[in-house]
Amino acid sequence: MSWIFDSNRPIYTQLIEQMKLSIISQVYPAASKLPSVRDLAAQAGVNPNTMQKALSELEREGLVYTQRTAGRFITEDAQKVAKLKENLVSNEITNFFQKMQTMGFTNQEVLDAIHSTIKEELSL
Amino acid sequence: MNMLLECQGITKAYPSKQALNFTNLTIDRGRIVGLLGPNGSGKTTLIKMISGLLVPSSGSILINGFPVGIETKKIVSYLPERTYLNSWMRVSDILKFFSDFYANFNMNKAVDMLKRLNINPQDKLKTMSKGTKEKVQLILVMSRDADLYLLDEPIGGVDPAARDYILDTIISNYNENATVIISTHLISDIEKILDDVLFIQNGNLVMASSVDEIREEHKKSVDELFREVFKC
Repeated sequence: MSWIFDSNRPIYTQLIEQMKLSIISQVYPAASKLPSVRDLAAQAGVNPNTMQKALSELEREGLVYTQRTAGRFITEDAQKVAKLKENLVSNEITNFFQKMQTMGFTNQEVLDAIHSTIKEELSL
Repeated sequence: MNMLLECQGITKAYPSKQALNFTNLTIDRGRIVGLLGPNGSGKTTLIKMISGLLVPSSGSILINGFPVGIETKKIVSYLPERTYLNSWMRVSDILKFFSDFYANFNMNKAVDMLKRLNINPQDKLKTMSKGTKEKVQLILVMSRDADLYLLDEPIGGVDPAARDYILDTIISNYNENATVIISTHLISDIEKILDDVLFIQNGNLVMASSVDEIREEHKKSVDELFREVFKC
């Protein structure tokens, strides 16, 4: 996994987003153990304190939990991961439709375009 | 107590110039701090005062509660802008020199890092390129188990790949009891690894803030903000 950061937003919020993506895409499957803060920070090329802050936030949201002495784990709650996935999808779609609107497409036009794209892909 | 460095009202005045005019500055343990400012703003003056090479005209500096002196030199590892090592020396000589000189020098760590950067310990300094010399010096400095690392322009002369390795080294050597102060112009390269930044201008501390605070408040990277604040 490569970590790319926008320059105009706080780094820890971007770390949270990318960690969430890793959770739903099963890079870190439910109940799996996370690498240490130091290793994660080194992977992402960020300050360990910043990584710590991002992980604390994920912990607060219940996506990650700490087991004393054993380390940090991804939540075992599959529903929580499913919920996270739903939220992400709906966010992405909302953003997409907004972008299309600013480009002057109506929702119906966009939907039609989506349908025809899917059909093309199926016929390939 | 978590405070590592405490500067109180330090100034450095030369007959023709007021080099530094700081009100107060405290830095905690476990931080990576960027010391940023245009050329001639007082970055090196400040670092030299903390390392004990310059004596402030007024004010006091405490490191781990001790005034700058023998006690603090044990726990401060300083990378100067320019080399002070003799160019006829081999890397292996310098390693011995350092382990003789500093009780907290970690030989294994140094040898390991040299190997990773493909530097032959039998090479003499004078046969090395500028960048390689810089790498050797940084390795020496980072191989001490110190409380405070003062790095004056550590990545200026090295290629981008080695720069990444050096930043990696700083992150992976990170420990919550030690603090690293880095002065540099290459802000965008090191921004991601910094906790806090200090902007200094004409010897004054004009901003002390965390990187994420700056990004949140100004919706800009530290690099962009720097360019704006210090626009020529």
